[in-house]
Amino acid sequence: MKKNKLNSYNSQYFLAYILIAPAVIYLLCIVGWPLIETFRLSFTNSSIAGEDYVGFENYEKLLSSSKFSKIAIRTFVWTFFSVLLKLIIGMIGAVLLNASLRGRSFFRILVLPPWVVPIAIGALGWMWVYNGHFGILSGIGIRLGILDGPFSFLAYKNSAFIATMVTDIWVGVPFVTLFFLAGMQAIPRDLYEAAYCDGAGRFSRWYHITLPQLTPVIITMSLISAVSTFVSFDIIYILTEGGPRGATTTLIIDTYKMALGNYKFGKGSARAVMIVIMISTFAIAYFYLLSRINKKVSHG
Amino acid sequence: MDKYSLPLKIFLYLSITVFFIFILLPFVEMFYASLRPLKHIFRSPYQFYSDDLSFWAYREMWNTVPLLGRYIFNSFFMAITVTFFTLLFVIPAAYSYARFNFPFKQGSLWVLLAVNMFSGAVLLIPLFKLLRYFDLLNTYFAMIVPGIAFCIPTSIWLLKAYFEKIPVELEEAAYCDGASRMDILFRIIAPLSTPGIAVTAIYAFIQAYAQQFLFAITFNSIREYMPIVSGLTEFIGYQSVKWNEMMAASIVGVFPVLIVFIFLQKYIVEGLTAGAVKN
Repeated sequence: MKKNKLNSYNSQYFLAYILIAPAVIYLLCIVGWPLIETFRLSFTNSSIAGEDYVGFENYEKLLSSSKFSKIAIRTFVWTFFSVLLKLIIGMIGAVLLNASLRGRSFFRILVLPPWVVPIAIGALGWMWVYNGHFGILSGIGIRLGILDGPFSFLAYKNSAFIATMVTDIWVGVPFVTLFFLAGMQAIPRDLYEAAYCDGAGRFSRWYHITLPQLTPVIITMSLISAVSTFVSFDIIYILTEGGPRGATTTLIIDTYKMALGNYKFGKGSARAVMIVIMISTFAIAYFYLLSRINKKVSHG
Repeated sequence: MDKYSLPLKIFLYLSITVFFIFILLPFVEMFYASLRPLKHIFRSPYQFYSDDLSFWAYREMWNTVPLLGRYIFNSFFMAITVTFFTLLFVIPAAYSYARFNFPFKQGSLWVLLAVNMFSGAVLLIPLFKLLRYFDLLNTYFAMIVPGIAFCIPTSIWLLKAYFEKIPVELEEAAYCDGASRMDILFRIIAPLSTPGIAVTAIYAFIQAYAQQFLFAITFNSIREYMPIVSGLTEFIGYQSVKWNEMMAASIVGVFPVLIVFIFLQKYIVEGLTAGAVKN
């Protein structure tokens, strides 16, 4: 009798669907439909004036243009190094904040502001840091004799590329640090104590215990960071608007400018679809890899 | 376990210092710039200290941009509205995911994560058309409607983890005693999950506050509705850019969020990381 009662408690599909329906319907309207509409628009020459079906023309132009492949490669390079450094600095940060030092709980709060503050405002602060005449970086550089005069970091191709990346890393580091730290705290202490008794040093304990135990968190964070970095918009838009001479134009900036700067919705949509395809391919490959790793772990 | 030796301790503190110089540099620079008189700000080469620093910009900024207070209000108003509606959508959905088994459950949870991947920027064109069709461009709703959508997925994941922690036996006992589903949701689940709902609300608020920039520059061109992040551009005048006041306004604009966050950070951090670390 009791069993029946429990089953009936947990098996009301109808109620379950009613409860998720509002959220699902809302997302279908605001995310689902726009996604399909983006695909449809990408086969048209839609603009403010109107639209006509043009087949694969947008894609053909896009894929044959050397400018687009250049932008795509640039986006990948930007994303790769940004994510890599987020993970490395995040790991260093987590190790530091995990050390049993005085002031630890204070440090753990102090790391969060870049994540909490709107990116647009953080980027404004960096804009000032990078300023050639009035920024602190240039100021220190001149004092130390590294620079012989004011240097505007956002005005030159290579330095602007690196500067936008550094700001993106800055935005991402607190989040990564936080998750690595939480992961470290979940590792059983006796593992470390056993290793200590066996004479393992600090680095060896980190390498043989922390790193393998953290692997699932590291993998999760690299996916989350990679996806959000790939479509990172605010930072570049505020710092350089994709300049100087296109040196920091990533796929998302290019898409935005095409669609809402020039009001070429069709061409912009084709670019947006390319981004969706790239992210999806990446995520699928990633989950495939993940499931293989999991299999290996459970069999080994 | 082994204690830190003195040199190691010094090394650790030095590393922490370097780490935090990186984390706090733009904030310090912003604060510093906000204290400088406008003439001084353009003094080159860079000066690390001078004796004419003042809080003058914090007073003057309200005159330079008369709508500044309005912008800050807009930011809060929109973020709070987004949070409210997000909770309205998310509480029943998260409860359903935590308690019921139904076809497509796991699949739809992954689809929710995928929504997170397509950030607003990818979908701007159809969103623009959608908002134009419903005549919502240049209103508060132009920023609120898409804002809610992108807060929903993560919020569902967050809150689901909380609901799962509440023992199902409690509900079954009430159910056997004849309580209705709605009674259970409002009398048992809601009070027990208040901390979880609070964490979700704060998360949604922070995200809503942060993501305003893109929607504001794309879907709104009316000054009265601008959030602070796009209102800051008003300090860029025809004659000169009042950098010190712009920086002061930025600091004032983010300060309340920062304070709220610092008081509640423990719960947010625990709530956010709990799910990810477990899996």
